[in-house]
Amino acid sequence: MPMTCTAKNRELTVRLSGEIDHHAARQLMLELDREIESRFPRRLVLDLAQLTFMDSSGIAVLLRTCRRMQEVRGTMQVVNVPRQPAKVIRAANLHKVLSVSFLP
Amino acid sequence: MRPINQVKMEFDSRSANEGFARAAAACFAAQLDPTLEELGDVKTAVSEAVTNVIVHAYPDAIGRVLLRLRLFEDNTVEITVRDWGVGIPDLEKAREPMFTTGGADRSGMGFTIMESFMDAMRVRSAVGKGTTVTMRKKISVRVGRP
Repeated sequence: MPMTCTAKNRELTVRLSGEIDHHAARQLMLELDREIESRFPRRLVLDLAQLTFMDSSGIAVLLRTCRRMQEVRGTMQVVNVPRQPAKVIRAANLHKVLSVSFLP
Repeated sequence: MRPINQVKMEFDSRSANEGFARAAAACFAAQLDPTLEELGDVKTAVSEAVTNVIVHAYPDAIGRVLLRLRLFEDNTVEITVRDWGVGIPDLEKAREPMFTTGGADRSGMGFTIMESFMDAMRVRSAVGKGTTVTMRKKISVRVGRP
């Protein structure tokens, strides 16, 4: 799935687009791991504005990425979550354990 | 109740088919004129059910997955996902939120999401024989619909 990264002052912004399902999740996790390990960001911002679909495989990706950020003593924010992914995140109560902001 | 329309398809339990299955289901359900949110619910539920088959029913092999979609006069869509895989030994446990045998890659939220996105879900499973998941959702009838 398409992913673009911009880094500034140890803040890494990753924009995800397309669909996160079990098929896409493994590769996405590997790529996110690689970005975190090569840049050691203090803050990771995951921008989901262009994400058109996410199922529970995405929950595992978000939780694991958050743990990876904690391991490097950084924080993670998930921003601009569209409606379908938002519903999945809410159903899993993920917004209570992660920093998440939703698109209106 | 007899369906007003139905379709059956069978495909390999390959992860590349997850996207195909949910797109096909959304396309078929579109006949009931669902909202974008309802369409998203159908796609999500199908994605979860098919992923369960790929990850759990056939852990070390490629097997058959049957997807059956039926539409009823009361504007209900019924989704059935069937496999002939290993089966689920403890259904109650499998349906618990956060329970998974799939390791760190899986969230254990599949059944919980299917249940909360659809109106009804029934799971039948026999160890060594396979699993059938049937879900139903009533699509709202919108004002001004022709």
